[in-house]
Amino acid sequence: MDAAAALERLREISSQVRAAVIFERGGKVVGSTFADEQRGKDVADEAEALLAEAEQRRDAADRAGEFAQLEVALQAGSVFVVRDGDRLIAATTQPEATVGLVFYDLKSCLRDLETPASPKKRAPAKRKPATRAKRADAKS
Amino acid sequence: MRSRNVLTGMLLGAGSLAGTLLFRRRLARRRERVDVYFGDGSMVSLAKPGEAEPFLRRARRILELAA
Repeated sequence: MDAAAALERLREISSQVRAAVIFERGGKVVGSTFADEQRGKDVADEAEALLAEAEQRRDAADRAGEFAQLEVALQAGSVFVVRDGDRLIAATTQPEATVGLVFYDLKSCLRDLETPASPKKRAPAKRKPATRAKRADAKS
Repeated sequence: MRSRNVLTGMLLGAGSLAGTLLFRRRLARRRERVDVYFGDGSMVSLAKPGEAEPFLRRARRILELAA
């Protein structure tokens, strides 16, 4: 499934997600719900900075686990960042969103990207109308 | 006597206003938090203003961009 289709599916299944950006480490945007490309890139850059902050905390606390996900809850809404390998998704939601559900939907979205697109069904071949060769000796 | 009543009323009004403001500020601060989850299943919750501030600032910027 491509990024646009995965994001479309995310918006269908999650009414809480307002906007989302899928990006790779280093800030390369794979897909976003923003009409403005630059805005998507800016959100990806800020989310990458959030990830860097989280990794600093991990190093300071001497934790072994890699960053998996984070939620920043604000009065105006929440920001979620979820990681799956080198791919990440950042999303915004309304205030006091159902945290577990949003994380689940965002992880599903990233996994959808890994699944190959289902092959398009081929239209059934049109049958050629049977043509009967007129036999020369046929009686009319 | 009357001026004393007025003064008491004013003091009560100012006190309740200050209390409301403090309560709202504390409530707002409690609502703003950062939860970071790691692959080993551990989680860090940052609620102190100093710790959470860099995250909150960036998240505010993301919400502004997304609005």
